[in-house]
Amino acid sequence: MRKLLTLFTVLVLSSMLLSACGGGAATEPAPAETTAPEPQPVEPTEAPGTTEGPAPAAQGGGILEGVKARGKLICGGRTDLAGFGMLDDAGNNIGFDIDLCRAVAAAVLGDPEAIEVVPLTAADRGPALQTAEVDMLSRNVTWTASRDAQWGNFTIVMFYDGQGFMIRKDSGITSTDEFDGATVCVTSGTTTEQNLADFFRQRGMTYEAVIFEETAAVYSAYEEGRCDITTSDKSQLASVRSGFADPEAHTILDITISKEPLTPAVPHGDDAWFDTVKIVMFALINAEELGVTQANVEEMKSSDNINVLRLLGQEGDWGYTDLGLEADALANAIAAVGNYGEIYDRYMGPEGIAFTLPRGPNELWSNGGVLYAPPVK
Amino acid sequence: MASTQSVGEKSTNIPFYRDERILRIFAQVISTVIVVGLLIWAALNFLKAAEARNMTLTFGFLKEAAGFPISNPPIEYDPSMSFGRAFFVGLVNTLLVSVTGVITATILGTLVALARLSSNWLLGRIALVFIEFNRNIPLLVLLFILYFVVFGQLPQVKESITWPGPMYINRRGIYLTWPRLTESGTPFVVLVFVGILLAVIAFVVLRRHREMTGQNTYYVQASIGIFVLSGVIGWALTGGTPFEFSVPVLEGFNFQGGLRLTPEFAGMFIGLTTYTAAFIAEVVRSGIQAVDRGQIEAARAVGLSTTQVLSLVVMPQALRIIIPPMISQYLNLTKNSSLALAIGFQEVFSVGKIAINQAGRAVPVFALVMITYLTLSLLTSLVLNIYNRSIQFVTR
Repeated sequence: MRKLLTLFTVLVLSSMLLSACGGGAATEPAPAETTAPEPQPVEPTEAPGTTEGPAPAAQGGGILEGVKARGKLICGGRTDLAGFGMLDDAGNNIGFDIDLCRAVAAAVLGDPEAIEVVPLTAADRGPALQTAEVDMLSRNVTWTASRDAQWGNFTIVMFYDGQGFMIRKDSGITSTDEFDGATVCVTSGTTTEQNLADFFRQRGMTYEAVIFEETAAVYSAYEEGRCDITTSDKSQLASVRSGFADPEAHTILDITISKEPLTPAVPHGDDAWFDTVKIVMFALINAEELGVTQANVEEMKSSDNINVLRLLGQEGDWGYTDLGLEADALANAIAAVGNYGEIYDRYMGPEGIAFTLPRGPNELWSNGGVLYAPPVK
Repeated sequence: MASTQSVGEKSTNIPFYRDERILRIFAQVISTVIVVGLLIWAALNFLKAAEARNMTLTFGFLKEAAGFPISNPPIEYDPSMSFGRAFFVGLVNTLLVSVTGVITATILGTLVALARLSSNWLLGRIALVFIEFNRNIPLLVLLFILYFVVFGQLPQVKESITWPGPMYINRRGIYLTWPRLTESGTPFVVLVFVGILLAVIAFVVLRRHREMTGQNTYYVQASIGIFVLSGVIGWALTGGTPFEFSVPVLEGFNFQGGLRLTPEFAGMFIGLTTYTAAFIAEVVRSGIQAVDRGQIEAARAVGLSTTQVLSLVVMPQALRIIIPPMISQYLNLTKNSSLALAIGFQEVFSVGKIAINQAGRAVPVFALVMITYLTLSLLTSLVLNIYNRSIQFVTR
């Protein structure tokens, strides 16, 4: 008798499971009806259970629709690098990279605050972009051919950087020729790591690499003396040094061993979104060139410069109808974060909050730099 | 039991939906279909999602050049070697820290358990504090404390702490003077191994002879003698210099020579050992306390010494209880070694994470990492389960 009872229970339970499973495998019409207005309207092809979190994914386009429906832009960034992505005293995420996201949010949603920054480690950012967990990756990512092929679409170089070395002043090293046998602290999953290996291999010198995933761990190990040298993009070294207990005790060698074009990227598979983010970046650079600033963007709307009128959506169509944006989208972006020069100076200029770094190649092409954006018209 | 059987026998016209045998088969079929169906559904769903996200699922990249460095590789490695090789280097590091960790954690854990059980009040309390401290702090926190706080306080290379030996301790590691085999040292090592083998054989054979006949065969002395003799012969054959001492010397930035323990390895090793030893101590204590007091009293009553009581009566019975939870602790230790990526020790998981980034192949790499840990765990379980079976009570 008891056996029969157990058997019966098992049967009932398994049939319940079966029906639950059957419901899950089908496209689940019932819950979709009851909660119709709330969830993502995109991709009816996938069962709700299969998408992971905030991922209105890459297939069939629709990132823009996803962002609009969600009401905010999900931006892969960081919180641990002064100048690029950091937290201010009030706990807000600020920085050069974050401002680029805010510009896109302002252009697309009309609200620069409508972003959600997902902090990513260097090793996590690739997969996050590949799986379209983020709408946009702005986390000082070096644009390389293999990443372009594997990770996503790279928009336009927003920061021209190069890898350098930081050493202690009292170490007595003056040039890279004296590096043989040194210990080097480096972040894992970066181009830096590869460049470092190439650099020493090319010169036939030996070294000991000490490798961490967290940027903070790399520099605290260096500061504690675990390493003789630490290496990264020069902007990052300048940024980190500003946070050391004694910045003056460290020096960044005057040598650049690589090209590091730091570039915001978007997931593969959505051309319209790719174009949108690119054009916002063009606009920030063009705005500086045309003298449009955060402060004067309203009065510039009645400027007598035709290029300014086009940039701000006052005359002609720079493509907004095709992309599904408002005419003043770029004006909103500039009003939110300012032009390229203003963003740069806010964090890294002479009066910058984080540190001071000469603009160097990041000057406009007309000022002797290499910053050059296609016209917005 | 008897009643159900008799019911089944006489009522052949029972309807199938009430026939227990049929229902039982039916339940098996149903549950199999459900489980297999779920697995297939999950696999298909996964493949679909991977395809939608353009994720490659092939393992071809393992042959490509890795391009990234690995800190202090235990076997030969440079960035021009393949991802597969890099992964293997990580595996060796995992094995290195796991095997040494398991051995020392077992020894330390057993000692702590004995201390905890000792009638000495102070010793017991110290063991208690050790256990509670280590097992109530998350391992990751323990590792950070060890690596960044404790090792961070060590002096710079040029101000190294010097101990006799010489032995140097600084922020870059612990450097020991260590014997290195000379070129003529090989015969010595071979002979020593042969000596160990012969000694073990002599020990077993002579002891059995004594047990059978009751004659004293001096089996302990004989096996030690064989071992020493083979060592001496080996020494003589190599001309008296099978080893030379490699002394660490400060050259340029760092010490060269000698045996070096990096702070990353040391942090991982010490962290894993103490953390797991705390759990092992409790396992061992529970095993020992589970042995019936009467057994110990009886053993004392027949005149066995304390050591004999422990080794002949308590331990054989305690081991049966200790081994199964001990397997879990060993598996935990191995899997916990993946936390090493936080303090820069490059075992299989941290190499895997780098490979994911540099090769852009998240799914294959994670699959590889999972298979690796699964294999390690199953092997550990297999070996220990065989051992466990061998120490069970023999029942006839």
